[in-house]
Amino acid sequence: MKNVLGALVLSGASLAVQAQGVIPDTLAQRVIPDTLAQRALACTLCHGKEGRAAADGYYPRLAGKPQGYLYKQLLNFRDGRRQYGLMSDLIDPLSDVYLNELAGYFSALHLPYPPAQPPSLSAAELARGKRLVFNGDAARKLPACVQCHGEALTGVQPFIPGLLGLPRDYLNGQFGAWRSGERKAVAPDCMGHIAKTLQPDEINAIAQWLAAQTLPEGAAPAASLPQPLPMACGGLK
Amino acid sequence: MRRVLWAALGAVLAVGAAIYALNHLDEGGPSVGTIEATPAQITRGAYLALAGNCAGCHTQRGGAPYAGGRAIPTPFGSVFAPNLTPDPTGMGGWTGDHFWAALHNGRSRDGRLLTPAFPYTNYALVSRADADALFAYLQSLPPVAAERRPHELRFPYNTQIALAAWRALYFRPATFKPNPEQTAAWNRGAYLTQGLGHCNACHATRNALGATGGLEDFSGGMLAALGWYAPSLHKAAEGSVAGWTPAAVAQWLKTGSAVHGTALGPMSEVILGSTQHLSDADLAAMASYLQSLPQHAPTEKRVDDRPELALRDLGKKLYADHCSACHGERGEGGKQEGGAFAYPPLAGNRLVTMDNPANLLAIIQRGGFAPATAGNPRPYGMPPFAGVLDDTQQAALASYLRHAWGNEAADVRPVEVLKLKSQRGG
Repeated sequence: MKNVLGALVLSGASLAVQAQGVIPDTLAQRVIPDTLAQRALACTLCHGKEGRAAADGYYPRLAGKPQGYLYKQLLNFRDGRRQYGLMSDLIDPLSDVYLNELAGYFSALHLPYPPAQPPSLSAAELARGKRLVFNGDAARKLPACVQCHGEALTGVQPFIPGLLGLPRDYLNGQFGAWRSGERKAVAPDCMGHIAKTLQPDEINAIAQWLAAQTLPEGAAPAASLPQPLPMACGGLK
Repeated sequence: MRRVLWAALGAVLAVGAAIYALNHLDEGGPSVGTIEATPAQITRGAYLALAGNCAGCHTQRGGAPYAGGRAIPTPFGSVFAPNLTPDPTGMGGWTGDHFWAALHNGRSRDGRLLTPAFPYTNYALVSRADADALFAYLQSLPPVAAERRPHELRFPYNTQIALAAWRALYFRPATFKPNPEQTAAWNRGAYLTQGLGHCNACHATRNALGATGGLEDFSGGMLAALGWYAPSLHKAAEGSVAGWTPAAVAQWLKTGSAVHGTALGPMSEVILGSTQHLSDADLAAMASYLQSLPQHAPTEKRVDDRPELALRDLGKKLYADHCSACHGERGEGGKQEGGAFAYPPLAGNRLVTMDNPANLLAIIQRGGFAPATAGNPRPYGMPPFAGVLDDTQQAALASYLRHAWGNEAADVRPVEVLKLKSQRGG
């Protein structure tokens, strides 16, 4: 009965797990390294060793992404603009400063990228994807991917992520989340707008083309964009 | 027959009158009218809002502070915390008297009875001066337009009659009476812990209608919708701090970390949003009170009639693969340079061995960080294993931990893992 009733006044803020009681001091305790790498082990069980992405394509790579981008995503999860309960709950009690430090740790890791994924679409469909990546569609006021994500599509410091080296399931999944409103950025949400303007088959063509590219050795985000952004993005401030 | 009917009618009327009378105790105290808030009052109110962790419930994830909207799950349905900012959709147009009636009598500005999910049962103890300071602070916030979302309580809990009956049974608007036999610090601690801090909103056992055993009841409560258990503060085997040093209790509330271990889960949120901001004097006062709570004799341990030896063996392998790198091969934990724990020991750890395995399973499933406080700004964390270990493996790991290194507690079976998961909402 207790179980059923416990939560009437369940102020989410005042639930408790208690610290430990009597711990035998006869056990010699090891000293744990005072490093961000050690602390980031709480992230890498899901995101793969050193944040190189999980094998299933669901937990994305963190290594080498721009620090500002990773930091904004942490805030988005904590503040409910991106939805994944385990992730939000995990980082809930952490400060902005600490989250930014963890973002910086993963951002500074430069690891080899996984091999490209062979595409399963026709050459014509892939060409369509490539056209949208490099030219966008002026008639629908769709900017090209390269206008924001860099000429080499490897991202731009400090906030814009690269688009290569990501599994196409992940790319398609994110486009879907933007279209449904499950993934959001601070308004104006430029990627949300773009994802809703694109047709599903266009999204698949783009994801297939992007995932089929091989990243050059030492690929890294560009320092800056040569031209101003084509649209206003709230997530980039 | 007619006599029986008359008697029945009389009884109904008498009960109705009693409920009405019991719902209007200590109401309509002297009005203070409109008060000009002083800067000192606002500063004090800001501090009191932290002591009560008002923002914890009255702020939505990512939302404007105190603008409400957060869902509070209860066994009777969800309630939605209202907007406390001085906007017409919030507490715009309220007076200090309205606010006092909400805190002290659990009654809203329009006379509606508030649900006890708003812990007015605790807040009734708050002094008028503190209530006025709190009100002055909330009125000084920038107004945010956020319509109140109606509660989603099931019938009959969504009716005013049900609330009136509940209050007649369980609520009397008390005021705090200092205990002259105790120190000033103890009394301050009791005032904060029982009142604004509303610690026993979680740390008390609730009956079928969600009522606690009163303001001095800290006998532990299951928060089923969150899958966490708020341990008893009366029991050495659970959450009692009677055996700690006063400094350790204060340090734990201030930083989330002490020689006894670190806070995880909902208490981590409380330390982050509330207790870390309290003055050293107030934390020492709370420690003094918490340490004086009556200690209950240990309940008889659950005995393993059929020990799950195969389960424990599986757990031992899982521990070696997934856990020992941080928690140590002998469950000894790992320390930071300064001596505080990075990873808590699991040998002799009462979170592992307390009768109710909910918290152990919650941590295995969802991981967690201690709160990032000024005193512990870069806490170490545990990853969630929900996607790595299935129900049987989680039960195996928990059962192993509850028998390893001198730990003694009952096995955890896979069905218990499933039960906890299905109770937890979202």
